Amino acid sequence: MKELLECLERDHTQTPEQLAIMLNKPAEEIAALIKKYQDEKVIIKYQTIIDWEKAGVDNVTAVIEVRITPQREVGFDAIAERIYRYSEVRSLYLMSGGYDLSVTVEGTSLKEVADFVSTKLSTIDGVVSTTTHFMLKKYKYAGVIIKDEEEEHRLVISP
Amino acid sequence: MNWSDRIAPAVKAIPPSGIRRFFDIAAEMKGVISLGVGEPDFITPWHIRESCIHGLHRGYTSYTSNYGLLELREEITKSLHKDYQVTYDPRQEVLVTVGVSEGLDLAMRALLGPGDEVLVPEPCYVSYKSCVALAGGTPITIPTKVENEFRITAEQLEEYVTPRTKILLIGYPNNPTGAIMSREDLEGIAAFALKHDLIVISDEIYAKLTYDGTHTCFSSLPGMRDRTIVLNGFSKAYAMTGWRIGYAVSNVEFIAAMTKIHQYTMLCTPITAQIAAIEALKSGGKNVEHMVSEYNYRRRLIFNGFCQMGLDCFEPKGAFYIFPSIKKTGLTSLEFAEQLLMTEKVALVPGDAFGESGEGFVRCSYATSTKNITEALERIGRFIESIKK
Repeated sequence: MKELLECLERDHTQTPEQLAIMLNKPAEEIAALIKKYQDEKVIIKYQTIIDWEKAGVDNVTAVIEVRITPQREVGFDAIAERIYRYSEVRSLYLMSGGYDLSVTVEGTSLKEVADFVSTKLSTIDGVVSTTTHFMLKKYKYAGVIIKDEEEEHRLVISP
Repeated sequence: MNWSDRIAPAVKAIPPSGIRRFFDIAAEMKGVISLGVGEPDFITPWHIRESCIHGLHRGYTSYTSNYGLLELREEITKSLHKDYQVTYDPRQEVLVTVGVSEGLDLAMRALLGPGDEVLVPEPCYVSYKSCVALAGGTPITIPTKVENEFRITAEQLEEYVTPRTKILLIGYPNNPTGAIMSREDLEGIAAFALKHDLIVISDEIYAKLTYDGTHTCFSSLPGMRDRTIVLNGFSKAYAMTGWRIGYAVSNVEFIAAMTKIHQYTMLCTPITAQIAAIEALKSGGKNVEHMVSEYNYRRRLIFNGFCQMGLDCFEPKGAFYIFPSIKKTGLTSLEFAEQLLMTEKVALVPGDAFGESGEGFVRCSYATSTKNITEALERIGRFIESIKK
């Protein structure tokens, strides 16, 4: 049920009862569907989007382009798995184009990220090269504009 | 000098909008949750705004034809044909107006003479009766009832029609009730219009916000194309209220007559809004779908909330308003709205602002976040409990 997933993606804090009213379905059916989606890993995880800068926490994020040599039978997957197992890695995508993997790494300092790239990532067998781009500012994340300046300008009462 | 004496009698005779009297109080208060806003809470989709900015970069800052940009008129006729299989000539049968409000005013002024009567089902949008009066006509109110889902029937209209009746003015999906009319309902009205040789002005600004059933464009009904002026616009479906852009479609003569007034008053609709409207029609479909589904969720949430409170409530089928009855509370709609605002800081609009038949009801707009709706429902529930004691 696409509508349910859309509602949850927008706001997962809504209760099954509230969702049931909005989707015009019985609450039990909604609760069962949510459980089914969770069990089947259609719903992978509920995540909170935090503006860490506003929270006063300084993090360093880098997007690293990685070129690798694909391996017989497992292609890119084995090296990808070795990379995404690191807790520093926030996301990992196989890409088409000029490089193979896009790795997002997060650390508390520039040095920490640099150390990860030079001592862990680059030294994996099959990694041919890395190009590290440090993220300077986050404008939009997971479909959400971080500093949404589109304030409401509506009048309190209008025709 | 008594300045009041200088004001035209027609203007003096019309009352100020019932909605406005509330505005000053509510606007000054802090922490108000407003269910009184008659416009989308979405901001105009970015690609539409961007097309306007791009238009400005390219230097589109001039007048346009009185009728509007031909490209826009072509897009309007294409979309009407696609949605309702009704065909208009973009060169002569479409007029781009400054919102539906101007279209309504032009239609009335183009058609009405002294003594002409206009049938207006009520509760209705606040401008309807005043526009009729300002154009020199006489509005004849047809009360609609919640028992009949705020629809009108030909039988009912027969009671009010006279030899002076010239126009029937309808607006479905309806503001403030959220009522819609089925194709069968409208066919009955069309037969009535034919029988009495009436012109129908159909305000279809909320057409795309139809949740249950399908919207029927009045001019698509047999025999109605040339005696109907369809008014529509971009405000509600595309969240473009502030752009002030709408359109009227009808036969050549009616549109030419309306354009005569338009060319001497507005001259043309701002070109920037017209460019944005072209983009809205060309590629705004996905955004409309998203907004409509969001309103639909909220509609169910607020309807359920009012039912649980024990208020008698008609389930709205279109627009983004719900019109619960507050008769059980023993308060008038104005008292209810005022006391609710003062005690619980929830702003809504007393039903009598939409005509006498709106008394005993309040209009709540659900064009606000689910969080606001949930909080407002809690506050309204608390208020109702408090006045029971």
